Amino acid sequence: MTEAANTEADSAAGVDAPLQAMQGHLRQLVGGSLIESRVVHGQIVLEVAVSAIQQTLVALRDDQHAAFNQLSDLTAVDYPERPERFEMIYQLLSMKNNMRLRVCAAVGEGQAVPSMTAVYSAANWAEREAWDMFGIFFAGHPDLRRLLTDYGFEGHPLRKDFPLTGHVEVRYDDTQRRVVNEPVSLVQEFRDFDFLSPWEGMQAQIPGDEKAGRDG
Amino acid sequence: MGVIDPRQAAPIGPGPEQDAILKAVGDEITNRGFVIASADKLFNWARSGSLWPMTFGLACCAVEMMHSAASRYDMDRYGMLFRPSPRQSDVMIVAGTLTNKMAPALRRVYDQMPEPRWVLSMGSCANGGGYYHYSYAVVRGCDRIVPVDVYVPGCPPTAEALIYGLLQLQKKIRRTATIARG
Repeated sequence: MTEAANTEADSAAGVDAPLQAMQGHLRQLVGGSLIESRVVHGQIVLEVAVSAIQQTLVALRDDQHAAFNQLSDLTAVDYPERPERFEMIYQLLSMKNNMRLRVCAAVGEGQAVPSMTAVYSAANWAEREAWDMFGIFFAGHPDLRRLLTDYGFEGHPLRKDFPLTGHVEVRYDDTQRRVVNEPVSLVQEFRDFDFLSPWEGMQAQIPGDEKAGRDG
Repeated sequence: MGVIDPRQAAPIGPGPEQDAILKAVGDEITNRGFVIASADKLFNWARSGSLWPMTFGLACCAVEMMHSAASRYDMDRYGMLFRPSPRQSDVMIVAGTLTNKMAPALRRVYDQMPEPRWVLSMGSCANGGGYYHYSYAVVRGCDRIVPVDVYVPGCPPTAEALIYGLLQLQKKIRRTATIARG
């Protein structure tokens, strides 16, 4: 596990005393609902159960010492290979300590996540976006509509099983005098040119290279 | 626009009646040295000399569009003034990525522009989807939504390229015949 190695390396080097102190404090603060706590890239990451997310965030916000009083981001990641495929991510900022914190929680497909709009009002649109992009349902959200995609859009584009090109495309119809949705028809399929990337070590031989070794 | 009968102040469509009027005018011109084309040229001169673009900046191309309007390239010297309203505009510059959600709004704005109107598609995204051609959320070219007169390639096109495109549009307008011919 690279993450475990990270934790060990960080504690062995004793990199950041305030960070270690805060980690200890947060372990106590979150208590029994904490699954794992580690330091990644100089930032504390807490993993909690999704059922305990509300009490955790309230505790982190209201604690006098921690004072993580700003939600700077709320998003999710799709890991299709995991039994609980989504991971909710809450990025918090403590302006008092000048410190950032990540809270993660694994969520299964179809499982509801309690809405954090009552805890952080900034969660409102972020949760709408997570609903739009991943189809994660937020229980208790005041207005859970799609945020970014087209009106009447179907599917959740940031899921790994969503096709890149989607299912519909738009066109103006002269007879109906409006913009209509139609099934996608591509003249040319998407092509991946990554093998030409110099960052991959140029495995492919460039045409003409075979002549380079010969004389004349 | 057509031939207008001065007595009835009503347009006359293509046909023998229009031909008779045009012939009468033509005969007069041959006698006196005027050309009917000057009326055409007058319209086209007025139209191409005061192209008022609709500000429709959608993405980074809009920044280059602003550069072309600012003091260095100064579109004003061609009589091109950006207008905030489609009802005061002659040409729409589609500058940037047109998304599916924006497409009905773009069409509505186009429909609100008075005739005669032109569309200039600026940049790869507006021309054919560009970088986002395979995206689930982007229109593969704004010509799927509105008829386009001039395409300016580039990602984004420079301010010079946009000015060149607008000058091409002026050239295109000067070529149009205004009087309806049968």
